[in-house]
Amino acid sequence: MQTLTLAVVLLLLSTLAFQLGRKRAFAVSERQSMPLHSLPGYYGSWVALWCGLPAFAILALWLMFEPSLVRELVVADLPAAMRDLPADRVDVLVNEVRNAAMGHATADADLAVAAEHYNHLRHIGFAVIAAITVTIALAGAAFAWRRIQPELRARPRVEASVNVFLVASSTVAIFTTIGIVLSLLFEAMRFFNMVGFMDFLFGLNWSPQMSTRSDQVGSSGAFGMIPLLTGTMLISLISMVVALPLGLFSAIYMSEYAQPRVRAVAKPALEILAGIPTVVFGFFAVITVAPVIRSVGEVFGLSVAAESALAAGFVMGITLIPLISSLSDDVITAVPQSLREGAFGLGATRSETIRQVVLPAALPGIVGGVLLAVSRAIGETMIVVMAAGLSAKLTFNPLEAVTTVTVQIVTLLVGDTEFDSPKTLAAFALGLMLFAITLGLNVVALHIVQKYREKYD
Amino acid sequence: MTEMAQTTAAATRTAETVAARLGRRYAAERRFRALGLASILMSVAFLAILLGTIVQKGWTGFMQTQIALEVSFDPQVIDPDGGRDPLTLDTADYADLVRNAMAARLAPDADRNARRDLSSMVSTMAADQLRRMVTGNPALIGTKATVWLLASDKLDMVSKGQAPRQPGAVGNVLNDRQLAWLGALEEAGQTRKTFNTTFFTAGDSRAPEQAGIWGAVVGSFFSLAITLLVSFPLGVATAVYLEEFAPTNRWTDLIEVNINNLAAVPSVVFGLLGLAVFLNVFHLPRSSPVAGGLVLALICLPTIIIAGRAALKAVPPSIRQAAAGLGASPLQIVSHHVLPLAMPGMLTGTILGMARALGETAPLLMIGMVAFIVDIPKSPLDPSAVLPVQIYLWAGSSERAFVEKTSAAIMVLLLFLVSMNMVAIILRKKFERRW
Repeated sequence: MQTLTLAVVLLLLSTLAFQLGRKRAFAVSERQSMPLHSLPGYYGSWVALWCGLPAFAILALWLMFEPSLVRELVVADLPAAMRDLPADRVDVLVNEVRNAAMGHATADADLAVAAEHYNHLRHIGFAVIAAITVTIALAGAAFAWRRIQPELRARPRVEASVNVFLVASSTVAIFTTIGIVLSLLFEAMRFFNMVGFMDFLFGLNWSPQMSTRSDQVGSSGAFGMIPLLTGTMLISLISMVVALPLGLFSAIYMSEYAQPRVRAVAKPALEILAGIPTVVFGFFAVITVAPVIRSVGEVFGLSVAAESALAAGFVMGITLIPLISSLSDDVITAVPQSLREGAFGLGATRSETIRQVVLPAALPGIVGGVLLAVSRAIGETMIVVMAAGLSAKLTFNPLEAVTTVTVQIVTLLVGDTEFDSPKTLAAFALGLMLFAITLGLNVVALHIVQKYREKYD
Repeated sequence: MTEMAQTTAAATRTAETVAARLGRRYAAERRFRALGLASILMSVAFLAILLGTIVQKGWTGFMQTQIALEVSFDPQVIDPDGGRDPLTLDTADYADLVRNAMAARLAPDADRNARRDLSSMVSTMAADQLRRMVTGNPALIGTKATVWLLASDKLDMVSKGQAPRQPGAVGNVLNDRQLAWLGALEEAGQTRKTFNTTFFTAGDSRAPEQAGIWGAVVGSFFSLAITLLVSFPLGVATAVYLEEFAPTNRWTDLIEVNINNLAAVPSVVFGLLGLAVFLNVFHLPRSSPVAGGLVLALICLPTIIIAGRAALKAVPPSIRQAAAGLGASPLQIVSHHVLPLAMPGMLTGTILGMARALGETAPLLMIGMVAFIVDIPKSPLDPSAVLPVQIYLWAGSSERAFVEKTSAAIMVLLLFLVSMNMVAIILRKKFERRW
């Protein structure tokens, strides 16, 4: 809260600096009766930049290092008996101190003292940093303000800093990818130090529950991802069996047959379907689809698991219809009209034209779209978390409960996470596999689309 | 003559086979067309069933059942020494008042078991209701008043017809005695259904009748505000750089490929990134809207960049040339002319990205936003839930009364999504220019 106030104050100072700089530019130009190099606003911006940038940079640095600095000082002041505890106990103590400092009551007198010390340190720290940043802001503004001359090239200087901002922004995407890859790799490597890479990749058993005591039965935990992969593939397969025909035929009908009125209803309907959050579909699967599938199964004398792969896959298929339909619609409309007219001229009916001319021409695009949909199905989380099971069974029976990679990632990480147990780290290894698989599918999809695209123009 | 007859006969035969084949071909055509129409109808039907189920299960969630009871504010229970000390008034056993009032109305000679059955028909919030009345107006003590008290979730379900009324039916939530009492109350007109304000003003609760979505709505608002603050400037700047300034070289190619790939990364992987980087490295508070908003910002970023570039591409080069001809610098061309023209398109893309972020659940589970949080968050640093996560939590709850709350919360979420999309459509319709 205090920091926010400080930031607002700095912003106000920068605004003031802008106004002063602008005025000064006019005044200087008049006094020396020389035209300004840049528009007056640029002089103002230049002063504002000098005022705000260094101050905010220092504030950011402070925010980054303040917690650890204060922590060190508080720990150093704790009674020796507390200070010499193992590192994780000290962490707990520091947390208690922080809670006490927030105003929660504490029973321990030492901790109460430490909490007061903590608050005191933070107050001093804030006062110091507030003084430093405001001084630097004022000094920067004064420095820039004094240097305003008509021949000062203010615009190029301001534009150069804007340019730096633009370039820096565009690297955020790169850093995100690097961050994903590094964090996944780093934690996955720690996991592979505990569990063999080959055991993970080709193991047929998945039971990550580790017991807390080593003498318990089944304490080892097994981390073989094959059952998860087969479960993921089974559910994705079911979803594609639902989504592919429905999506493709919808696209064909909409682009080749539909009256404008039908299009006007069907297209928004599909867009709404695409916009509904998957958590809603998960609820739908649990509350409506799964019971229906169960009772239908009972009619035929089949026993259907409560969390059957069929229910999850079916509902996931519904969510993928809009994706497949819109991607196929795009490629089908991109097939040139002359091809259709040629086929009509030879006496082909509409459906013959579509099946023998349009679809072959659009095939690469459709295959690419399907691969994208498969990749989406593999990475889809909420529907399977809610509607698919937890037990990793190696089966291809759609009526049984299976689990998927994403379900396991969520179950391993929801609740208490300990970054030294293979149970938590396994989630990152699974995440790495998921990332690799979906990335691979996307690359292949793009490649197919680009390489096999028929060029007609 | 015979030759002619032969050719005619042959021609007739050909015509016949062609006609027969034509019939088959037309039948195939009709079948194909019907298949297309059927798949569209099925997709629309799925949507209708989904929405229908949610509305049918959820609309009752906006109502709550109340019971009218004549409560006697017994000084013996509230304030035995008559000091009217605020602390005594605040900590008095108001649940006992509720039990007494229930017993007085329904079973004056109730034993312990019966009293327990009676009190489980009224929400525990009823005691709070009385407490607020008394602390607000101590003059009530010693008087009698008829008060509408919040019913428990079980009575609520029976009263709304979601649980059976017949004694001894399968799936009963109230026992026979309680059902009889409920009948007596209803006959005397002492129950009513009112608009469920609790649902819109309260945070989460273990008791379904006291649970509300306000905490989750505030949490979603904070998260989305942070997402917008981070991803909009970054997205616009990236789009402008890539579209207007970047030289075509390997570095910019890399950025482009990278952005397209990021758009296809499963959101749960972003959650892992958030856990490993934002929580473990930067020590942001767990399950806070700050961490959630930052993760969502990274998820939205590719969408905003791609939409932004499309909007910039749609601005014709003649605008840029005209500005350059008047002596504007490249940055002035963009900031004074191109960007204002591209802004509606960029905003549309941003709103659609925000709508996606509002419904995103999986990455938020990774950063601990599944905690049970009762308090309404006051700042983006407080632990909080968000709407979709609240839906997930309620959907997984074993209490059957949460089914209608889940559906009602979904209706609220969909309402937000629809209005965001409407704004995007209006923006597009109103400001879109074709050159």
